[in-house]
Amino acid sequence: MKKAAQRDLFPGALEMMILRMLKRQPMHGYALVQHIKRTSQDLLQVEEGSLYPALQRLLKEEFVKAEWGVSSTNRRVRIYKLTAAGAKHLEREVSSFEQMLDGITRVLAPGESS
Amino acid sequence: MNWLKQLLSRRQQYRELSEEIEAHLAEKVEELVADGMSWEEATQSARREFGNLGLIEENSREVWRWPSIEDFLLDLRYGLRTLRKNPLFTVVGLLTIAIGIGANAAVFSVVNSVLLKPLHYPKAEELVEVHQIAPGCAGLADFENGLLLSPSMYFTYAEQNRTFQSLGVWIPDTANVTGLAEPEQVHLVYVSDGVLQALGTPPEVGRWFSAAEQDPHGPERAVLSYGYWQRRFGGDRAVIGRNIMVDSKPREIVGVMPKGFRFVDADFDVVAPLAFDRSKVVLAGFGYRGIARLKPGATIAEANADITRMLPIWMDSWSNGPGQDSHIYEQWKITPMIRPLKQAVIGNVGELLWVVMGTIGLVMLVACANVANLMLVRVEARQQELAVRSALGAGWTRIVRVLLVESVMLGLMGGVIGVGLTYAGVRFLVLLGPANLPRLNEISIDARTLGFTLVLSVLSGLLFGLIPALKYAGPRTSLALRSVGRTISASRERHRVRNLLVVGQVAMALVLLVSAGLMIRTFEALRTVEPGFTDAQHLQLMRISIPDSLIREPERVTRTQNAILDKLAAIPGVKSAAFISEMQMEGFDSAWDEVYSEDKVYAENVIPPMRLYKYVSPGSLQTAGTRLIAGREITWTEVYGRRPVVLVSENLARELWGEPSAAIGKHVREFQNLPWNEVIGVVEDVHDKGVQEKAPEIVYWPPLLQGPFVPVTRTVTFVMRSDRAGTESFLNEVRQAVWSVNSNLPLASVRTMQEVYGKSLARTSFTLVMLGIAGAMALALGIIGIYGVMSYTVSQRKREIGIRLALGAQDGHVLQMVLRQGTKLALLGVTIGIAAAFGLSRLMANLLYGVTAHDPLTFLAVAALLILVALLACYIPARRATSVDPMVALRYE
Repeated sequence: MKKAAQRDLFPGALEMMILRMLKRQPMHGYALVQHIKRTSQDLLQVEEGSLYPALQRLLKEEFVKAEWGVSSTNRRVRIYKLTAAGAKHLEREVSSFEQMLDGITRVLAPGESS
Repeated sequence: MNWLKQLLSRRQQYRELSEEIEAHLAEKVEELVADGMSWEEATQSARREFGNLGLIEENSREVWRWPSIEDFLLDLRYGLRTLRKNPLFTVVGLLTIAIGIGANAAVFSVVNSVLLKPLHYPKAEELVEVHQIAPGCAGLADFENGLLLSPSMYFTYAEQNRTFQSLGVWIPDTANVTGLAEPEQVHLVYVSDGVLQALGTPPEVGRWFSAAEQDPHGPERAVLSYGYWQRRFGGDRAVIGRNIMVDSKPREIVGVMPKGFRFVDADFDVVAPLAFDRSKVVLAGFGYRGIARLKPGATIAEANADITRMLPIWMDSWSNGPGQDSHIYEQWKITPMIRPLKQAVIGNVGELLWVVMGTIGLVMLVACANVANLMLVRVEARQQELAVRSALGAGWTRIVRVLLVESVMLGLMGGVIGVGLTYAGVRFLVLLGPANLPRLNEISIDARTLGFTLVLSVLSGLLFGLIPALKYAGPRTSLALRSVGRTISASRERHRVRNLLVVGQVAMALVLLVSAGLMIRTFEALRTVEPGFTDAQHLQLMRISIPDSLIREPERVTRTQNAILDKLAAIPGVKSAAFISEMQMEGFDSAWDEVYSEDKVYAENVIPPMRLYKYVSPGSLQTAGTRLIAGREITWTEVYGRRPVVLVSENLARELWGEPSAAIGKHVREFQNLPWNEVIGVVEDVHDKGVQEKAPEIVYWPPLLQGPFVPVTRTVTFVMRSDRAGTESFLNEVRQAVWSVNSNLPLASVRTMQEVYGKSLARTSFTLVMLGIAGAMALALGIIGIYGVMSYTVSQRKREIGIRLALGAQDGHVLQMVLRQGTKLALLGVTIGIAAAFGLSRLMANLLYGVTAHDPLTFLAVAALLILVALLACYIPARRATSVDPMVALRYE
């Protein structure tokens, strides 16, 4: 799991964000990176390349589908689309992530641990 | 099939990935350029932000792979390449392993077929032999078969038991079949009701005997064996209902048993019903082997208790005649010792086979040690490669895997060659094996043997691979990188493992050689036992049986036998001819009975010890070369005059009268109301059941008797002394001689005494040869091991030796130095080996004769031999060490 740690905040986080982006609309790799950067207002430093192993994993699990298409800049790109299984997976991941976050927040919240 | 699709589309995936990444970079560059960056700057920046391109691509690809399997394949390919690159190492290693595995698998296939596989009967685990012992009956202790069952016992057990599904008795015999081709003596098995039912093997054709066919006054029936059916009737199914002339009486064939069916351990041609006449059955007549099938769930202990319960019922229900005490047999302390039928079949061969298996297993260990040594040398040479690998980030598990994959591959390849050798080995074993080895015809290489070979190959591969792997793959490997330069001499530590292996090899070789040595001593001791005959290869034997359906009148039987003797004696080259009820070691069931001496007082209702009975023609002792200690043989006048004369064995004479010579003129008789017989001769002790068995006490009767039981001996072994014994021309003349007297008499068991004698020694000689082979292999491997280690050490120490020589060391000193090191290893191995052999040789105590398991002579001789051989193996490398040229050695890089 060493590789995951280098790649990301915590294992699965990047995948989760990718799925979330794709839920809104299908897009290609470069657009995904730009979106993540923009949406997180550059709070998250994502190494651009690390997107690709994550995409391959999602492809293998069949959470996303890829099709060659043409981008807005008229470039031949691979456009990723969320599958039904991917949507379900995202839901599960988000809810479990929220639970975790909730737990962490409670523990970290000052003054309530009397 | 998803994974298959993925596997097939993998190349496509990779290509698309590269294309995609390229597109990503291009888009980024374009954007940066649009923002005002120069193209070069933009390219650099895009790359920087993208991260390590190669690694990312690699990681992305890896998603689609099974890293463990593919790495393994890589290791495999690498292993194969290294093996190919070192042909000498590979060939020597492969041969060593292949021979080891082949020998082990061959012996295992015998062990498996003889000991492990269930017998060829349905639900064979329920089958038992009704075996009993009678410790209260002196003389019976010599019986191999314990106390056999009498017909009355059979009736009681079969009818009153609570633990058997079916129970029966049977007895092997021989009979003459006439009317088919030449008269032929066949193996007959008489069975009571219950025997075929217990064995449960359905007939190939026809049916078993019905209970009604056990009627002594009913029509006679027969069942054929598959082999006999094929041989004499060509497998004709219409044979059912036809008659076959057995001992000149017609029997109707009702069935044929299937191929491979045997009676416990007996081959047979014809089965016939025993048909006991219930009205004539008495308590005695202990001559039948009992067989039974346990009720499901019944244990042997319960069956034993059941028999114990029935013994008093048996004594109450039957008698030996009016006025006889039925409970006289309580003195015999008859005890049931029911045993699984398989055990009865295997007999005492189990121990022998396990000993052979154990020794061959040791040889495998020695072979593994040798290959491990080879691997150590190899790995040592590859230390730098391994160090580089670990420096580049290979974990030590990864390195161990590389080494193990290679060694296991070597093991498996050795196994494949080994299987080929196994086929040859099994042939050899079957050829060599004791002819009386049970289930010999069942020996084959089956899936279990192949599985054993596979497991053995992998295990041995792991074994000899693990030693170098653990030694060199440890965390210290990085040190090796530093030691690239020249070193003065190898550290002691570097040789420790190798030395340990050599010590182990020497120790194991010693154990094997000691066991082989003990067998040689046993064999020697057996050869010095006087067997009770002389010049065995010039003693021709054959069995002839005269059934009462052919010649009824007892005296005519003897006259016919006498006439045959006269004809035989007239054949050119025959020095003398005679007959006897059975020659020693022939292995025919013999008669045992009690004997009363005139000058002894016998307590009422006490049964005296059982003695072996033999029936001899005049001249039979002289023909066989059996010495007369005192007195003389029986004459023909005495035979035809039915004179009450008898001979006894030396040990019986001593037991009854103290001195052999004192026996002459004394009188003995078989039963209370029979006439007394005068002892006219004392015969040397004869090892009737084989040289390693105690010589039984024997009474020799004339062939024609006054007694009511056996008036004449109808089946006898003819013995001829001739230099032409065993030759085909001689046997032709013998046949013509016999048939000139009566053309209906078949000749059976035609062989020389040498063959009989060899067969009785077969168990010992088989063990001897097997242990000898194992010992020789271990010795050879041990020598190679020592030689290899010493040569390697010397080559490693070349520089050190060169310096020593340059500083003025004498040749002798260097020689001594190397020899001393080798001797130390050998001595250590010998010491450990002696300790181990001391403990292990006890396991083969039962195979030994005339020598203890701790025979000091064997131990000393083997130890001396090993040390000597070890010194020799060290001497050559030591010699080479002294010839080191200091200049060359010092310059040597």
